[in-house]
Amino acid sequence: MALIRHGLPAREDFAAVGSEDALPEGAVIVPFARYRAEREALLARNAPLGVRIEPGERVEELSDDLPRLAVIALAFPQFKDGRAFSSARLLRERLGYKGEIRAVGNVLRDQIFFMSRVGFTAFEVEKDKDAAAFAETMAEFSQVYQPSSDRRPTVLALRQGARMAAE
Amino acid sequence: MYRYDEFDRTLVKERVAQFRGQVARRVAGELTEDEFRPLRLMNGLYLQLHAYMLRVAVPYGTLSSRQMRMLAHIARTYDKGYGHFTTRQNIQYNWPRLGEVPDILDDLASVEMHAIQTSGNCIRNVTSDQYAGAIAEEIEDPRPWAELIRQWSTFHPEFSYLPRKFKIAVTGSPHDRAAVKVHDIGLDLVKSEAGEIGFRVHVGGGQGRTPMIAMTIREFLPKAELLAYLEAVMRTYNRLGRRDNLFKARIKILVHETGQEKFRAMVDEEYALMQGESPIEVPPEEVARIVAYFAPPAFERLPDADPATDRLAAEDRDFAAWLRRNVKAHRAPGYAIVDISLKPIGGVPGDATADQMDLVADLAETLSFDELRVTHEQNLVLPHVRKRDLPELWRRLKAAGLATPNMGLASDIIACPGLDYCNLANARSIPIAQKLSERLADQALQEDLGELKIKISGCINACGHHHVGHIGILGVDRKGTEYYQISLGGSADENTSLGEILGPSFTEDDAVEVVDKILGLYRELRENGESFLQCYRRVGARPFKERIYGAH
Repeated sequence: MALIRHGLPAREDFAAVGSEDALPEGAVIVPFARYRAEREALLARNAPLGVRIEPGERVEELSDDLPRLAVIALAFPQFKDGRAFSSARLLRERLGYKGEIRAVGNVLRDQIFFMSRVGFTAFEVEKDKDAAAFAETMAEFSQVYQPSSDRRPTVLALRQGARMAAE
Repeated sequence: MYRYDEFDRTLVKERVAQFRGQVARRVAGELTEDEFRPLRLMNGLYLQLHAYMLRVAVPYGTLSSRQMRMLAHIARTYDKGYGHFTTRQNIQYNWPRLGEVPDILDDLASVEMHAIQTSGNCIRNVTSDQYAGAIAEEIEDPRPWAELIRQWSTFHPEFSYLPRKFKIAVTGSPHDRAAVKVHDIGLDLVKSEAGEIGFRVHVGGGQGRTPMIAMTIREFLPKAELLAYLEAVMRTYNRLGRRDNLFKARIKILVHETGQEKFRAMVDEEYALMQGESPIEVPPEEVARIVAYFAPPAFERLPDADPATDRLAAEDRDFAAWLRRNVKAHRAPGYAIVDISLKPIGGVPGDATADQMDLVADLAETLSFDELRVTHEQNLVLPHVRKRDLPELWRRLKAAGLATPNMGLASDIIACPGLDYCNLANARSIPIAQKLSERLADQALQEDLGELKIKISGCINACGHHHVGHIGILGVDRKGTEYYQISLGGSADENTSLGEILGPSFTEDDAVEVVDKILGLYRELRENGESFLQCYRRVGARPFKERIYGAH
């Protein structure tokens, strides 16, 4: 497994903690259910905090706490479960989350481009080879048709720009 | 017709390069078949019973002659000399080799075509009315909107891993030839009382294992809001559609389990919340740019009737039958819409040889402003033909076996590829289609039976649309033997209905006899020139059940 953050290989600096595990020192990512149960204590710790959201869980329920969370890890139990694509866009566009959105679980090379478009900034990829191909996979498409969280100018906007320049 | 600009062209080329890399990784063993499957499916490549099958998109069923020639070239070069037009206005090649698929995609890209999203749990190729832009009754040409949807849905980052496949159809005519109410989203262009044109939005239709008719969730959606509203529907579905059970994952299940009013409210709430987020409004200049590509061709000012054509019709019964069945009224005087039947008697519905494709391309180029259409009923259309050219066109089509005068008649049968090709099938569809076609071949008989839609699927997935056939035939497997279940009374037009199962299933030969008996009874029961469907709707299933099963 390899972590990529903002396009570059990164060292893991968060401990992924399960629902029953003892909390280690330092930065942790905890399941959403545990966060709900131990919210006060977790926020009182003097270390960066992340929450792991499963596909069926609603990111809206975290909206008030978002400024205090360093990482939202959106889980892909299977790569074909695409609910987290909507969760990421909601975090960025509706809830204004500015921190790290991390893809965790069954994260494969060929999903990364779409993930980055909807607001993911970090990826825990299963295969080291996929991490090495990150730059390549991000360069496969030079144009996009839809507006999304990445704020890339769309083909429609580029056409409009060209029309205005021609006038 | 729409033409790619540099952006469209770049994206399609980049997709080919990406897929070439994915194939190379598969061949090198870096990807397992499990990992490769969703990647190839997203590009229309299936693994079938005997070989790979490549499904090529024909967006909203529109083709130029150059594109049709390329489809012929691909059939000849990479396949066995033919292709199969499908019930979603696409074309399938049944024998490509994996290593050559990227080359096929390169060839397609050179004529502004692709196989993007013709499979997979994503938004599929958008379909439309095959007579768009040509038929007199049209409120507005739906193709510019279909093209806008094509672009918006291509590589949509949020909606490429949906619970299940997603099909959108658009029509601009009161008479629905696009079967919009059996699509995940169906869009009708409608005119409001104030004279403004917008969309009526239907959601949650579908066929397959659990056929359902779509519910109308918006009576009038201003055109400018189309993509934003579609995003609200898609997001609602992506988040809430069932992922625990493959058979309950389509949006129809979500819509029908939630209920029309509640689902509408959920979409409206999402739509309201979306305002002010990523702006998805399409600039009017962009709409105008796309609409301009679909401007009517430069029709000549012609008298509506052509004496030479009328003379030949009076002299030649075959030509007259072809005019009656395969030629439709055009919006421009002196012009006609011509259906090209891919249903020769005893043939394979929807198949065309490379030579036939080349001929049709020549005819489109010289006689129909370079335009062709593919229909969801597996035929082709020349949308804009001068009436004075009809005799010549007919002779040339006839010589190539493409002038069977059976559009809308008993032998104009829809059939999926079935167990001859498809690894989902339980039974073969093609042989029973061929036998029925031969049994019902007589032109006088067919014309006497009138409008009749027989639709055959080789399995419950219903690619052959049997649920909406006036007579639907579903292939089932009973202990290793192919049986056929018959349903009656389905329809896919603006009065959509689902067929009712007649009773226990039959062997292939018996099923042909049963269809014959059903049609015999219809001829006894009909009143005042009723069509089969009208008659069935009046008398119900009972007399048919009694005739078929009473004797047993």
